[in-house]
Amino acid sequence: MLKVKDLTVRYGDLTILDQVSFHVEEGDWLMVAGPNGAGKSTIINAVAQGAPYTGSIDLAGRDIRSYKAHERARLLGILSQHHYFNYSFTVEEVIRLGRYAYTPGIFSRPREEDETYVREAVEMTGLGPLLGQSVLTLSGGEIQRVFLAQLLAQNPSLLLLDEPTNHLDLVYQKQTFGLLKEWLKSPGRAIVSVVHDLGPARAYGSRALLLDKGRLEARGPIQEVLTEENLNRVYGMDVFAWMRDMLSQWQR
Amino acid sequence: MHKRREGFRPFEYLLFAGLTFVTFAVSVSLGSVRVPLPDTVTLIWNALWRLPLPETAVSPSIILAVRLPRVLSVALTGAALSLCGGAMQGLLRNPLADGSTLGVSSGASLGAVIAIAFGITMPSLPFAGTMVMAILFAFLSLIIILALAYRLDYSLSTNTIILIGVIYSMFVSSIMSFIITYASDRVRQITFWTMGSLNGSSYGNALILLGALLVFGGVILLHARELNAFAIGEDNARHIGINTRRVKLTVMISVSVLIGVSVSIGGTIGFVGLVTPHMVRMITGPNHKKLFPASLFGGAIFLMLADLLARMLLNPVELPLGVVTSFVGAIVFVFIFHRARKTGHA
Repeated sequence: MLKVKDLTVRYGDLTILDQVSFHVEEGDWLMVAGPNGAGKSTIINAVAQGAPYTGSIDLAGRDIRSYKAHERARLLGILSQHHYFNYSFTVEEVIRLGRYAYTPGIFSRPREEDETYVREAVEMTGLGPLLGQSVLTLSGGEIQRVFLAQLLAQNPSLLLLDEPTNHLDLVYQKQTFGLLKEWLKSPGRAIVSVVHDLGPARAYGSRALLLDKGRLEARGPIQEVLTEENLNRVYGMDVFAWMRDMLSQWQR
Repeated sequence: MHKRREGFRPFEYLLFAGLTFVTFAVSVSLGSVRVPLPDTVTLIWNALWRLPLPETAVSPSIILAVRLPRVLSVALTGAALSLCGGAMQGLLRNPLADGSTLGVSSGASLGAVIAIAFGITMPSLPFAGTMVMAILFAFLSLIIILALAYRLDYSLSTNTIILIGVIYSMFVSSIMSFIITYASDRVRQITFWTMGSLNGSSYGNALILLGALLVFGGVILLHARELNAFAIGEDNARHIGINTRRVKLTVMISVSVLIGVSVSIGGTIGFVGLVTPHMVRMITGPNHKKLFPASLFGGAIFLMLADLLARMLLNPVELPLGVVTSFVGAIVFVFIFHRARKTGHA
């Protein structure tokens, strides 16, 4: 579905991403891991056409640059890491914008099925009670769920998620991972997500990319990438010892 | 989940139109010579349908030839500038954006002043040179300000962009004053270009404003949904499938034309585009499908009242209209800035 070849992003003299290549197939859940500043979010930004890049990005067999904005949005959905609002739009207004790709431009009318998708997205994220509320009054986690709902209403086949469980409490973290796992079961879908928390990454991911300082350190099936040796090298610490230590806190 | 209508409902249109009409009638009837309201309405009505004009205390020409075109121009300018303010506030996600705070109006003034001082005209249309130069300079100003802002602070935070706007306005004003000082015989005095007035507007002026508003105001109204997405965030707008570059360019051109036309007719009338959308937003909420129509009416009402105040306050001396709007605008600016800071997004 997504083929990325020699993706390079530079800001002036600074190389953020250096010749990164990977591909995503149907049914994949690709976890992008690595320390701060490894270039994880930049991969998402570049694919989302939000950062200047060299190299090639193919989406569903075509150069991603050859798509019109609304065509691209029907295939590719993005959840950003940071959101903040200046105006008091309602939760419903933000979610409904997710249907823009199907009714683009100034002359298209809303369609019957828009309602269905919006309703389903609201149900899946449990935002029903908040629909009429101003987004300025929401907590960070609630805002994250609003944009997740917008993304589900958009109904793309490939999701790019930048730390989807950022700001979420444990209940919603678990729920969100479960929801995405369900979403992925329909044919023709795939997910790429940037993660900090390596536990859920191993639990839910099918494959992984490990990045460090803009370079690809490892890629492949999740069990082969997130290994003790790889993680210790990239993070510069004994990752497994730390994880075991943290886990043991609950076994006393 | 029931679906709510996002746009204006008919009774809301009726309400706003009614308020606008009442303000309009009052504005025409009051002035240095007071014409009773019923007489004013009858006079306009009869003139409109070419009926014989009623007997009034004053000559009908005060109403028909002086006040009516002026108030019409004021109302249309108010509507146009408010719409521009609302559009820029959505596009830049910045509640303080306005032609005057960003320096776009000053830029347009500079264009007009250059056209007059250097005698740039179009052969067939006597007034067009000034107007085209004002529009061109308004657009260039927008480009310069945005380019600078993106360069200095990619997130386009409220403070950065306003700071650049203020500095740009001062820079442009200094050039303008320089030109006016050297060509004082040709160009209208500085106060007109810094504190505009619609004193002496003609039906022709009103017609040009109406035409610009119908075309370019219409374009802005048709982009309400896209501007909603921009107001939430430009990245989000791109993610949901909006051609952000095209929308940005279209809105910027429309805004430049409306501001350029307004400035070349009435000079810089500041802060209308800041005050009206802000007040309207408190009633309608931020959704541009409602905010835009309400801002059109609200802007017309606000500017007619400001113009009335400018005429009546020191009667028979008339204040420039821009003095009144800037007075109100500066206070509202501080208020919005304070609120924006409190929510932590400024």
